[in-house]
Amino acid sequence: MDYLTILQILDSALRLATPLLFACLAGLFSERAGIFDIGLEGKMLIAAFFSAATAYSTGSVWLGMLAGVAASLVLSGIHGLASITFRGNQLISGVAINFLASGLTVLIGLSWFKLGGQTPSLQGDARFQGIDLPFAETLSGVPLLGPLYSEVLSGHTFLVYVALLCVPLTWYVLFRTRFGLRLRAVGENPAAVDTAGISVVGLRYAAVAICGVLCGLAGAYLATGLGASFVKEMTAGRGFIALAALIFAKWRPWYALYATFLFGLLEAVSNRYPSLDLGFVTLPSQFMQALPYILTVVILAGFVGKAIPPRAGGEPYVKER
Amino acid sequence: MEQLPKWADLIVVPLVGLILAFSLSMLMVFATGHDPMDALSLMVKGALGSTYGWGYTLYYATNFIFTGLAVAVAFHASLFNIGGEGQAALGGLGVALVCLFIPWPHWTIALVAATAAAGLFGALWALIPAYLQAKRGSHIVITTIMFNFIAASLLNYVLVNKLRPKGSMDPATAKFPEPAHLPSLGDMLNAVGIPFAKGTPANVTLVVALLACVFVYYLIWRTRLGYQLRAFGESQPAAVYAGINPVKITIITMMISGALAGLMAINNVMGEAERLILGSVEGAGFIGIAVALMGRSHPLGILFAALLFGALYQGGAELGLWTSIPRELVIVIQALVILFTGALDNMVRSIVAKVLVRPKRAEA
Repeated sequence: MDYLTILQILDSALRLATPLLFACLAGLFSERAGIFDIGLEGKMLIAAFFSAATAYSTGSVWLGMLAGVAASLVLSGIHGLASITFRGNQLISGVAINFLASGLTVLIGLSWFKLGGQTPSLQGDARFQGIDLPFAETLSGVPLLGPLYSEVLSGHTFLVYVALLCVPLTWYVLFRTRFGLRLRAVGENPAAVDTAGISVVGLRYAAVAICGVLCGLAGAYLATGLGASFVKEMTAGRGFIALAALIFAKWRPWYALYATFLFGLLEAVSNRYPSLDLGFVTLPSQFMQALPYILTVVILAGFVGKAIPPRAGGEPYVKER
Repeated sequence: MEQLPKWADLIVVPLVGLILAFSLSMLMVFATGHDPMDALSLMVKGALGSTYGWGYTLYYATNFIFTGLAVAVAFHASLFNIGGEGQAALGGLGVALVCLFIPWPHWTIALVAATAAAGLFGALWALIPAYLQAKRGSHIVITTIMFNFIAASLLNYVLVNKLRPKGSMDPATAKFPEPAHLPSLGDMLNAVGIPFAKGTPANVTLVVALLACVFVYYLIWRTRLGYQLRAFGESQPAAVYAGINPVKITIITMMISGALAGLMAINNVMGEAERLILGSVEGAGFIGIAVALMGRSHPLGILFAALLFGALYQGGAELGLWTSIPRELVIVIQALVILFTGALDNMVRSIVAKVLVRPKRAEA
């Protein structure tokens, strides 16, 4: 394996990690506010569909992105209604949202485009194009670091950089603003927040809405950045890998970046080497696919650093007991 | 919130949820440019209009009874087993191993052995999440979701690398030998003189499913274990205070739940496909959630809910065959049923309460 191959794998890892990162940060906001969300997958899927469909129909990838975010927000609204207003079971609501997205995308896709549930492939302005970072050409001559900059970091689409910027932004919002403090408090002890005269319902809806926007960007990136059309079930479990990454990162933004990049790297490696020969043992591709889930179970089991979720996660808040 | 009478809670609330789910779905059919009444009548006719339709409806219903019971048993202990999909897949592996590698003299013995293997494999696949929940406090919903994906990868590996016959490109096992063939419902009914369409996949497993309903009823409401399980589900501290071992109850409940999900495999793997294929569960593990919610975690309710979803699946397949409405419509209906009878239950309940309780006040 030479340096160029490593660079190519890192490059593709960054691309594959982007939707995971968006979805992972989405889950981070929601779960830090005490709302479990296993509907990340569904929100990504519906956003992928509406962004591709709108981008194709209007020819503008930006309108597509907005449509994707809007669709994801609608599902977030349902989740909020079920789990905040009507104090229903957040997990069941998530399951319902995943199915809703899976069925609706095909149902609407078929009657809209008649292509067996796909959208036509996107071209030109209907897709996100790669952006060359400044001096990528000039710096590519610098040994070792130059190609790292020009091959791995440069040349990605807009949303990849947005996702990377979202990491410090999330950290800042959660840990350096009043809103973030309150949001984290509402996930640990909503009664205390309520006593302080701050609306638990309002904060939780805000968190769920942010989650919707980020899932929308994840879906839009899948269909208009990473791919060039919507394909049936194109999220392929990425929402659940993001959930796994969230636990792996123990609900912290910077670790979310590392976890999603690790999982992106695993996917990139297994794409490139279907069965990985480590010399003493050959790992089948299926093992590589299962690895994120296995790692998450190990982390959850607490054998390697215990993952402790926000204390009020999953429990509806009842004002008067 | 207003207290509802028990009958309203058990029957009216799920029915209203169902009606809401159907109305919304039909609205969607209308929005995509089709006639909802046509679609509905085609679905009903396709699922229940002939013994051929019934043969498929009952086949799907058999799957859903098993997965519905699996979710329900866990619900009673307030555990959410979302891993039915993986447990049923592993059950399929158990059935395939038993049917492929042991020469059975007669299907009856093969059925008993396959039932045991399916249950055992399903239970073992639920054991690790159960242990992690009970001993290490890992959230069972997350671990069972992860185990669904791990099961899919495991089965992919086993089918592609180990059990695939030489020269075959299909990721599937060889066909099971003839003695492992289960009699179909058509054959059985025709033998006693009742005409029933041949060539439908409903088979003798339906009887096993009905027995499983009876078993779950006795387990939950007529045994000491069932009492402990429900007590644990109502209040964990109270159960522990009463001397119930939480680790033991969590593990046993999850293993029973996993075994029930695993049993589904005798229907779809041994009864229908007669070989293990990739993705044989086809989402039935998740439909179990809808079935258990709709059936209010009671075996009788689950039986009806499973029949309903069986009919829905068969009707949806007919729709996909004869119209341009895809069978994914069924997934939308299923999602809305889960939403209204599960997540938005309190909303439906408050609607029902408003309608039911207000007239009483007027009388008083």
